[in-house]
Amino acid sequence: MIGSESRVVVVGASLAGLRGAESLRRSGFAGSLTIVGAEPYRPYDRPPLSKAVLTGAVAPDATGLPNLVALDADWRLGAPAVGLDRTKRLVTLEGGETIAYDRLLIATGASARPWPDAAEGRLAGVHTLRGRDDAEALRRDLAARPAQVLVIGGGFIGCEVAAACRDLDLPVTLVETGPTLLASVLGAHLGAVVQTLHETRGVTVLCNAKVEALEDDGTGRVQRARLAGGSAVPADLVVVALGAVRNTSWLAGSGLAFDEGGLDCDAQGYVLDENERPDTQIAAAGDVARFPHPLYPGHRIALEHWGHAVAQGEHAGRLLAGCEPARYAEVPAFWSSQGGITIKSVGLTKGADGVVIAQGDPRHGRFVAVYGQEGRCIAALSFDSARWLPAYAEKIAAGAPFPPEAGGVDAGPLRVFAPGFPDPSGSGPDDPARSGKDEP
Amino acid sequence: MSDNTAPPGPSPTYAAAGLRVTVDLNLCQAYAQCCYAAPDHFVLKGHEALHYDPAPSADARADIERARIACPVQAIRVEDPEAPRR
Ligand SMILES: Cc1cc2nc3c(=O)[nH]c(=O)nc-3n(C[C@H](O)[C@H](O)[C@H](O)COP(=O)(O)OP(=O)(O)OC[C@H]3O[C@@H](n4cnc5c(N)ncnc54)[C@H](O)[C@@H]3O)c2cc1C
Repeated sequence: MIGSESRVVVVGASLAGLRGAESLRRSGFAGSLTIVGAEPYRPYDRPPLSKAVLTGAVAPDATGLPNLVALDADWRLGAPAVGLDRTKRLVTLEGGETIAYDRLLIATGASARPWPDAAEGRLAGVHTLRGRDDAEALRRDLAARPAQVLVIGGGFIGCEVAAACRDLDLPVTLVETGPTLLASVLGAHLGAVVQTLHETRGVTVLCNAKVEALEDDGTGRVQRARLAGGSAVPADLVVVALGAVRNTSWLAGSGLAFDEGGLDCDAQGYVLDENERPDTQIAAAGDVARFPHPLYPGHRIALEHWGHAVAQGEHAGRLLAGCEPARYAEVPAFWSSQGGITIKSVGLTKGADGVVIAQGDPRHGRFVAVYGQEGRCIAALSFDSARWLPAYAEKIAAGAPFPPEAGGVDAGPLRVFAPGFPDPSGSGPDDPARSGKDEP
Repeated sequence: MSDNTAPPGPSPTYAAAGLRVTVDLNLCQAYAQCCYAAPDHFVLKGHEALHYDPAPSADARADIERARIACPVQAIRVEDPEAPRR
């Protein structure tokens, strides 16, 4: 346990930072705690921003996260950290002020990947969605009833935004470079099921299509999108949903190992320097952290999952408090709600070589799919069938054989399909209309 | 211990006496007990899509607490500024 003379600084005042700070206190840390946040707001919840906030059911400023443990913290909000000196153990804030730390939690999350052409991205009517201010601006423009909405990127956020547009009875087109919606995460076999859901609800879906340029009406307001091949899609409101980049640029000069895909960590959760040596004063958690997961060996992963920000934040709090927790090995899990359907997943689909429908039937809208790799279960996905999922999470954690046994009593062996993941080389990170990857 | 500084910045973040609610939707399995306990604040749409009010007013305290306790998977987290922290 670190002593009460110790100073802990948390950089990033959102889900992982808040749960990490609570975990420090719960672990008995009694020293000074400073929480630094770039946004002027106390921690708030992001999942409603692409769902109930857009339809107007929840106000953009109503999603404040409950604070579950007394923090006795010094909040430095609206004050982004701009530098880290690990030798002097100082965090520098915008404006030049420095804050000394003995232990540091980095939880700076991610930002929406911007439209690659900055001038086009600034046109009136062009939005990205990550924070509360973004949601408020998008909500305002949707409420003004645009004639034609265009969503660029068929990842989770793009699909949720398109679904919200239909809830509002607005015409919407969704453009995706992959073969189906969500193909990079679910594969085309199940991506097609999601696509049918949205098409049935009136979304115009254009797959294998790429937006090359956004054009204005001469007054600085977006008017149409130009697709590869020359055709045009009219649009007076555009939502760019091309995935996220991690907020790591403030670490330049710190000697830590990072890029826009994440800040590298070791198996315990300590950050790594450029020589892969852990700095045991500093942990990272949530979307920003790129870490080795025992279930998915061979590479480090960075997730964009609410439950992961909570679990890894809590882990990092215990780690920094000196509690030496067991290695972080939480099975990844997320949910998405779109068009009245709840999609949930456990595990990671990346690298799957087969998929089976283990329960239910996609034609009836409720089912569980299980993904396998080299004969073991690595992920499961439920459509409106969440109660089955915990049992499959156990199989994934145990590396149980794939395909699993059939769920139906009379069913024969399960039929294994190819998941249909698009060739990743076809859509590099610089590809403007690559699918919005909210990561599997 | 008290949480000292009020957040600075352009807009006050929370209504002073309101509650803050979040549901862990990874845990939620749509048992809908919260919808019976606090129908004005939790609604199940379709089979599994739980819609909830993340910022109920303090008057709703008793209903929200009933919903929190009724949840079979204990997925509801509530901050009540007037209650002792759990
Ligand atoms: C619109 C939307 C919908 C989502 N829906 C779902 C969903 O349905 N299901 C699901 O599982 N997940 C969902 N997610 C993902 C989930 O919200 C994230 O995984 C989670 O917010 C990650 O928390 P975090 O604290 O790691 O990072 P963030 O929430 O990104 O927070 C990072 C914080 O750090 C601050 N910051 C950045 N740089 C600095 C700096 N230099 N100095 C100080 N502060 C800094 C940022 O301003 C931000 O407040 C959604 C995300 C979005 C954006």
